[in-house]
Amino acid sequence: MSAQQTVKFYQTGTFTVGNRLLAPEERSVQANMQRTNSINSGHRACQGCGEALGARYAIDAAMNATKRQLIAANATGCLEVFSTPYPETSWQIPWIHSLFGNTAAVGTGIAAAIKVKRQKGELREDVRVVAQGGDGGTTDIGFGCLSGMFERNDDVLYICYDNGGYMNTGVQRSSATPPAARTATTMPVGPEPGNPFGQGKFVPAIAMAHEIPYVATATVADLRDLEAKVTKAMGIRGARYIHILVPCPLGWGTASHDTIRMARLAKETGIFPVFEAEHGEIKSALAIRRQLPVEDYLRPQKRYAHLFGKKPAVDTIARIQAIADKNIRRYGLLENQH
Amino acid sequence: MLKQCEGSHAVAEAVALCRPEVICAYPISPQTHIVEGIGEMVKSGELKDCEFINVESEFAAMSVAIGSSAAGARTYTATASQGLLYMVEAVYNASGLGLPIVMTVANRAIGAPINIWNDHSDSLSQRDCGWIQLFAETNQEALDLHIQAFKLAEEVSLPVMVCMDGFILTHAYERVDMPTQEQVDAYLPAYEPRQVLDTAEPVSIGAMVGPEAFMEVRYLAHARQMQALERIPQLAAEFKSVFGREAGGLVRPYRCEDAETIVIAMGSVLGTLKDTVDAMRDAGQKIGVLGITSFRPFPLVAVAAALKNCKRFVVLEKSLAVGIGGIVATNVRMAVTGMGLKGYTVIAGLGGRAITVKSLAGMLEKAGRDELDLVTFLDLDWKAVNKQLELEKTKRRSGPVAEALLRHAGIVGARNY
Repeated sequence: MSAQQTVKFYQTGTFTVGNRLLAPEERSVQANMQRTNSINSGHRACQGCGEALGARYAIDAAMNATKRQLIAANATGCLEVFSTPYPETSWQIPWIHSLFGNTAAVGTGIAAAIKVKRQKGELREDVRVVAQGGDGGTTDIGFGCLSGMFERNDDVLYICYDNGGYMNTGVQRSSATPPAARTATTMPVGPEPGNPFGQGKFVPAIAMAHEIPYVATATVADLRDLEAKVTKAMGIRGARYIHILVPCPLGWGTASHDTIRMARLAKETGIFPVFEAEHGEIKSALAIRRQLPVEDYLRPQKRYAHLFGKKPAVDTIARIQAIADKNIRRYGLLENQH
Repeated sequence: MLKQCEGSHAVAEAVALCRPEVICAYPISPQTHIVEGIGEMVKSGELKDCEFINVESEFAAMSVAIGSSAAGARTYTATASQGLLYMVEAVYNASGLGLPIVMTVANRAIGAPINIWNDHSDSLSQRDCGWIQLFAETNQEALDLHIQAFKLAEEVSLPVMVCMDGFILTHAYERVDMPTQEQVDAYLPAYEPRQVLDTAEPVSIGAMVGPEAFMEVRYLAHARQMQALERIPQLAAEFKSVFGREAGGLVRPYRCEDAETIVIAMGSVLGTLKDTVDAMRDAGQKIGVLGITSFRPFPLVAVAAALKNCKRFVVLEKSLAVGIGGIVATNVRMAVTGMGLKGYTVIAGLGGRAITVKSLAGMLEKAGRDELDLVTFLDLDWKAVNKQLELEKTKRRSGPVAEALLRHAGIVGARNY
């Protein structure tokens, strides 16, 4: 990096990171020189990994909110593998990986142990628990344990880093893979190329159906928003769920430097609604600033390349646009625009 | 204190005396009464400083146990049969991570066909999962083994299954001597974990290990079981000095001194076997019984020592290694390698089939004359089996096997085609 950077002044009121015009207490966790750096550099994530970015911001914010009194349980997956293989570890907090499908339950167990230890006076600090996993570990194989943790309202914040597929095993389809997307198990061949249009499985909505105290979605394009949501979640007791859209350059076929742009496009097209809900009711949604057609989001991604061949798949693109439009209506994404 | 109570309640009380901190429960027969009992104690406040969590599956039960144990809490759960199989991935994980969870397995058959009654198929299917497996002969022993199990598990950093026969023990009312809290406290120290999720000293637990160290990690699991092999008899001796009675240990010989035939078994069937052997002894036959209490680690040396003067052994087991015969028998054969003994495997009591003194006596008489088949299925209805085999030869769509067998066996109410 050159010694003389072009200094940019961002406008107060945006959610842009490192806003130097904000009062210190309103600045982002990451803008703080004392930030905890929850995931040390030197880990093995791909260049431009959305999950690494999302996890660092989320866990830093959680560490900050709990004064480092935080334990994490981690599902099998990219985050687990790139952050650890022994003898290395990037984690600055006590961290456990058990299995692919049981992370929410492991979180429950840790929280239960902490509760008893505090009752007995053996633990002075108010230690809190985060459980985290990718979309496969959350929406598919870990779903039973997740629902159980929600239903019992265990004191765990579960964070799902959603990149829309099993990227660690070589980009296979998960229940969070969007329609028409190419994966290794939904190839762009046959009359319906890519992932079939199913009924969808939007876990934030399912989390809301459990009426847990707090559910939020976020993307790595609005990192200040992500930090604020994690901080808010750590101020609440009981089961909490944050679902973060984390673009995957490998699985999506996008350039490493486009990760944040892709996340922003997902939000600005309405493909991924960013909102928060309390006890099953939506409380706020991040408004779309300048609505864009889904084509702008789809076109840069190689996983949708088959939609833009010599003969563009107009019908398929229209169906995806309809999904975005429905999100916009359902979550009021065009209301309260600035 | 002497009291008359159900086996499950005896175990529930014993577990409570061990001051568990986290208990997770998912119902499956015949384990239910144990966790119901503990749940009530927690809810009423009788058992303090304990979190009782009703989970949504056995997989979650073992996963919650992994989390709480890794966070330093003394952790207990119970299961059986399908429940044990449903949690298998987490069962292996708990032992791989070296977490000293104690779990009761109320031994029950595995389907299909679904069957709720007792045999040892469930825990024996997990013989290689890295857990210690102790088998109780009586309700008193089930109670006592739980107290020993926490101490053993925490000393060697391995999880322990205490196996007790479903229904036969769990649902039987028997007299038991319930220890006092002072006795248990004197025997069982507070849990000092080797590794713990502690914010003051952050560690990463459960990360990936490649070929460069995986074998060594696995070997250490084996080495820890070998340590347990040494500790189990010592813990039984220490137990006797505090509680004043025998419980646990590796093996328990009964009238084996000059025995020419020794019959080996695990669990509650040992009582029936001892009665049978007593009668045969009265009739002048030189026969004894060897009970195996510790199935994992398997006491190769102790078994060989117990069998060193006999001529033949019979392994009576409530499990079937389909395609070879016996599971316990295979382990016993390893213990007696090179000793030149005749050995017989007897599969009995599957899915709750009653094991009677009459059948045992007849089988053991035959064994004494070396006329027993190498693998024997005790009290098998050969007529029904052969009828089905014949039917399958002649009819392609022969239908559901289990239903057909009830019909062949002439069970009242079975449909007739």
